[in-house]
Amino acid sequence: MTDISKPITGGRMLLSDEMIQVFYRLLAAFLICAALTILTNSFFSLGNILNVLRQASLLFFIASGLTLVVLTGGLDLSIGANVAISACIAGTVIHQTGSPTLGVLTGIGVGGAVGMLNGVMVTALRIPSFIATYGMLWVLHGITYWYMGGETMHGFPAGFRQIGSGYFLGLPIPVYLLLVFLAIGTIFAQRTTWGQEIYAIGANPVAARLSGIPVARRLLLVYTVSGAMAGLASIIFLARLNSAEADIGESLTLPAIAAVLIGGTSLFGGLGTVFGTFVGALILTLVLNGMNLLSVNASWQPLVTGVIVILAVWLDMKTRRRAA
Amino acid sequence: MTQLAQSKAAVSIVQAAPPLFELRGISKEFPGVKALDDVSFSVWPGEVHMLLGENGAGKSSLMKVLCGAYRADHGSFHYNGETVEIASPADAQKLGIAVIFQEFSLVPYLDIAQNIFLGREPAGRVPGTIDRKKILADAKRVLDSIGFDIDPAIRIEKLGVAQQQMVEIAKAISQNARILVMDEPTAALSDRETELLFALIARLKADGVAIIYISHRMAEVFSLGDRITVLRDGRRIDEVKPGAVSSDDLVRMMVGRSVDMSYPRTFAESPGKVMLEVRGLSSASGIAGIDLVVRQGEIVGLCGLVGSGRTEVVRAIFGADKATAGQILFDGQEKSGGPDEAARLGLALIPESRKAEGLALIRSVGDNLIVSALRKIFPRGFFDQGKSRQVANDLIRQLRIVTPSDKQAVGLLSGGNQQKVVIGKWLAAGAKLFIFDEPTRGIDVGAKAEIFALIDRLVADGAAALMISSEQAEICHVCDRAYVMCDGRIAGELARHELSEEKIVKLGMHHA
Repeated sequence: MTDISKPITGGRMLLSDEMIQVFYRLLAAFLICAALTILTNSFFSLGNILNVLRQASLLFFIASGLTLVVLTGGLDLSIGANVAISACIAGTVIHQTGSPTLGVLTGIGVGGAVGMLNGVMVTALRIPSFIATYGMLWVLHGITYWYMGGETMHGFPAGFRQIGSGYFLGLPIPVYLLLVFLAIGTIFAQRTTWGQEIYAIGANPVAARLSGIPVARRLLLVYTVSGAMAGLASIIFLARLNSAEADIGESLTLPAIAAVLIGGTSLFGGLGTVFGTFVGALILTLVLNGMNLLSVNASWQPLVTGVIVILAVWLDMKTRRRAA
Repeated sequence: MTQLAQSKAAVSIVQAAPPLFELRGISKEFPGVKALDDVSFSVWPGEVHMLLGENGAGKSSLMKVLCGAYRADHGSFHYNGETVEIASPADAQKLGIAVIFQEFSLVPYLDIAQNIFLGREPAGRVPGTIDRKKILADAKRVLDSIGFDIDPAIRIEKLGVAQQQMVEIAKAISQNARILVMDEPTAALSDRETELLFALIARLKADGVAIIYISHRMAEVFSLGDRITVLRDGRRIDEVKPGAVSSDDLVRMMVGRSVDMSYPRTFAESPGKVMLEVRGLSSASGIAGIDLVVRQGEIVGLCGLVGSGRTEVVRAIFGADKATAGQILFDGQEKSGGPDEAARLGLALIPESRKAEGLALIRSVGDNLIVSALRKIFPRGFFDQGKSRQVANDLIRQLRIVTPSDKQAVGLLSGGNQQKVVIGKWLAAGAKLFIFDEPTRGIDVGAKAEIFALIDRLVADGAAALMISSEQAEICHVCDRAYVMCDGRIAGELARHELSEEKIVKLGMHHA
């Protein structure tokens, strides 16, 4: 029997489901850190922790844009290929003009344009996002391989390379960018009306449309942002590697999806947070870093990634109160 | 139609024997509704038994009980005088009962022969393969037996509705169906196709097949039926012979109720300015030349049978379906855009399917309540949780939505409270014209009265309402005026003093 005199806003009602899910993840990240500190000598060093953060930031840039797409119930499989084409074109611009600024703008612009094209396919042509972006993946690969012709671009201005490998006040530049975009992403998703509409679209696109939300425009925005974030990631990649070739970033798509899922965003849309994706990227990076430090054969990494994704999603399904 | 006349004569001889199939005292209850209440019904071989009733009278439930999709709570089934049980679709099939639904169950990518023998394909010599020659020959034989001349190797997707219906019937015959249930089989057919279907029905009758035929068309009820059973509110009202009654009698039997509904309604002295004016509206979903007007302070009903185009009209008005012709004037302003424009202008749609179209079930009551008002509450685009919860909680109090908190997932509320959330969403948005599509469907009696009180308050405060309902009694009770639809067009308009269930039913019937 329940006591009806008890206030109804007690206990877990005060914490939203999303907050609880993120809390579990932070706890998991913390436990992994603790375990690695005990198990290895090299984990708990400034150099290694900065390295983890820098790697996590790269993954986060791509995964944060993807999070918005997944929140609407879609998927963007073209992000890795988008990184490649954006990096190669931005690299060319920098080589030709010598202007890093122009290169950065080009990278983000190309990425955004590709994303917008995805958005047009999903909204105007009504192609399921999974298929539209999967097709886009191949198209971008094709263009990039043709464009690069097997060549590799080398040697960018030192100022430009700072974006990827420089430090400011002892922290890598990408970590600052990570904090900036984490803040922007969180504010956009949680604190703007557009963000709220994106959740509503993901939870029920039909109801969202009949509630007066301009669904097509919001989707177009979300795919464009996802593309632009891939463009941004391509710049940081370029600056860090100091080279570009056609298959740069090719291996990033699946880890980015993993980070989104580990971060608690539902592939069915409407549930999840950008902050969760940050923690997801952190957990994934920590685990892979730890396996390196523990000298576990690298071929185990995909298996472990897969197990974590499945576990995370399964735990979500168990802990979320079902209403649909 | 001499063939029909002959088979009618044959029926009277056969009726001395026990009926081929009989239901006695069938009841079926769902939470809150008695779908079937002590219904008895029988068919003899070679007979067409017409089943007549309004939307929600229990025809569909009866059909589902017959084919084993629902299990009856009470009552018994008798086949050739022997008691039998129908607990599953397999039981029904064994008894030779086949249902031709309005939505066909054929697989579009398989050919006619494969569909007829789906799951019963003749095995080929290599295990796991199908004997292609035999399946085609068998299919041809079945098709010939119903007089349908077509190549059984044609894929279903290439066929029209009438041909698909023939395949469904062929499939039923191939399963030795002796009792054929047809749900408005002529609804999607042309006159010529209808004639062909009637010829086939005469043929099946001559072969001794018993046919249960659900129809909304008076003409065919009389020309085709050997007996007519009228259902209303889940009960069998009467069984009559077509020669003994007029169509007015049948309408009266279908409606004939005087349920006292004490829904409050304060009618305005005189209606206000024109809020919505629709001229010659058509859309690709089959509505054409729709003219209607809704004034401030009015509740205007939109009636007609399910499938007459009511939902399509309001979807086109709201912009959810694109209009192909015509004009929509809202508050004197022409509107042509999608639902986002409609919402911005002050239109509100409360769709029939709350769960599929009205609510984001996994989101909270609060999130759902403010979703259409985001632009209004936060004109600068920055969302504030505190402000949003305040607006939501005000609405929860105002509408008396029963929920533990605004954070509760809306999917966990009762139907009536969910409906209040959908209405509240538009109150928050400041809508001026509320379009309700079956606002009381799946809602219990108490909540219904509350919903109507709410609608009454809305229009009294200067809004207007357009309301679709299949419950004629509701329309008569709360509406200032009503339009009645039939086959995608407005068949007529009834003023307040003309509103009666009989008039609505009569206008909504096909008279072709």
